[in-house]
Amino acid sequence: MKILVAVKRVIDYNVQVRVKEDNSGVVTDNVKMSTNPPDDNAIEEAVKLKEAGKATEVVAISVGEEKAQETVRKALAVGADRGILIKADGTLEPLAVSKLLQKIVEKEKPDLVFMGKQAIDDDCNQTGQMLSALLNWPQATFASKIQVKDKSLEVTREIDEGLETIEINIPAIVTCDLRLNEPRYASLPNIMKAKKKPIEQINASDLGVDTAPRIEQNRVDEPPKRKAGIKVSSVAELVQKLKNEAKVI
Amino acid sequence: MSVLLVAEHNNKELKPFTFNAITAASQVDSDVHAVIIGSNCEEAAKALSNLPLVKKVIQVEGDHYENFVAENFAPVIVKLAENYSHIISSANTFGKNLMPRVAAVLDTSQISDVTKIISADTFLRPIYAGNAFATVKSKDPKKCVTIRPTSFDPCESSGGSAPIEKAEPSAEFGQTKFIKREEVKSDRPELGTARVVVSGGRGMQSGDNFKLITSLADKLNAAIGASRAAVDAGYISNDHQVGQTGKVVVPDLYIAVGISGAIQHLAGMKESKVIVAINKDGEAPIFSVADYGLEADLFEALPQFLEELNKLNTIQK
Repeated sequence: MKILVAVKRVIDYNVQVRVKEDNSGVVTDNVKMSTNPPDDNAIEEAVKLKEAGKATEVVAISVGEEKAQETVRKALAVGADRGILIKADGTLEPLAVSKLLQKIVEKEKPDLVFMGKQAIDDDCNQTGQMLSALLNWPQATFASKIQVKDKSLEVTREIDEGLETIEINIPAIVTCDLRLNEPRYASLPNIMKAKKKPIEQINASDLGVDTAPRIEQNRVDEPPKRKAGIKVSSVAELVQKLKNEAKVI
Repeated sequence: MSVLLVAEHNNKELKPFTFNAITAASQVDSDVHAVIIGSNCEEAAKALSNLPLVKKVIQVEGDHYENFVAENFAPVIVKLAENYSHIISSANTFGKNLMPRVAAVLDTSQISDVTKIISADTFLRPIYAGNAFATVKSKDPKKCVTIRPTSFDPCESSGGSAPIEKAEPSAEFGQTKFIKREEVKSDRPELGTARVVVSGGRGMQSGDNFKLITSLADKLNAAIGASRAAVDAGYISNDHQVGQTGKVVVPDLYIAVGISGAIQHLAGMKESKVIVAINKDGEAPIFSVADYGLEADLFEALPQFLEELNKLNTIQK
């Protein structure tokens, strides 16, 4: 069984994002970049399935500028066998990314495609579902547990009401929740080994997909600031303030 | 052209965020049609027709619609989409699961988690966990939009009498099988719509200690929330998680107990009207968004909180 795992390069989750002064976007120069956190869970799950003898090959793929190669390389360092980078500049919407991934799926013919449930930069939560629709494959989104069966997966999904379990036939798409597993760190020897693993580079323009944005970003603003609050010295004072000043209890 | 709203329901009742999504839909165009896809969902369809903002209900019946499976629902919406300029649903796990499937087939770039409708083609939406807000304009002829339910008031629930039309079901997608749903039943207000939310974080130290949160929530008739750290540690189930990848809440009062206030948690609660933080670390980032901060050991503060509430003559419910 072959698993394709899509990973995205995003601003590191610990960075306090700042809006550019001209309101054209957020500051990305000299900002630490990392793998989108739930994409780490996606790689981890694929590598675990390989270690358990259930998967034969794990291919990591990213779409984006040249530097996204680092993100693919990191996936190789934690156990993916080889990588693919689809090179594309500028803004890529989830629709464009899913069309590019569709082209690769048609060529690579994986049994499963894993990715994070949401990217923490644009917070769109679309790519997995879109790819699934384009391929007409089943989807299991927000997965927190995956059990591989003969020709299907039993997946536990995190939904607003609690948990849901579905069975999806292979081939299928799974988008991973942060609770699916605990991603490992790459060891130094594995980082060195990953440097020798192949990364195939493909130009998006060679895949015959129109990736031009359909959405114009007119401006980006800071969120409204909250007024600074006060510190209270005791629980009694807190309750009095809530009752008589804020009038919420 | 009219707007198509996708209703979320359990065949008997409409789910609360459907009301918020209808308000948003009506701000795009007053001719709101609502599609309800289900199995024996007459009661829920009737409830939908009672909403004054809804001008027409489209009911689609099929055994394979008993449970929500996006692969079964999407083709129905795609077929109906021809007559509509916008397809709208809430950006909860229902709409997040469903809408991108519809958008991809319609070859439309979806706009997710909209917090404000600026015009029929321009929307405001948070990015980077709400640390920035983007004003975006869709150039697609047909627009697929999910709205952040807590950013729109729920619509009026009675007084309407929209006609209910039946539409043909689509074929079952055989590759996905619903097995079970484990819902946590509770008499408490729902986290997404509660007036008061009491949330616990890693500082609670154990699932057992969440009893302190429960007692306070009982007293205030509040929903119970949690940080991702508390859910990851197994103190409480995932449906309580507030934050970037959990639920977004906007209660009148949010009480954060033993929560440090990571960016990802703030994304889910910082729009609350009044925020209280109780934490023993005076430098915790949660204090930067709190209206009232109490630097204290929660294991002493929470029992005192209950005592003080007991002294009050009345507590708002």
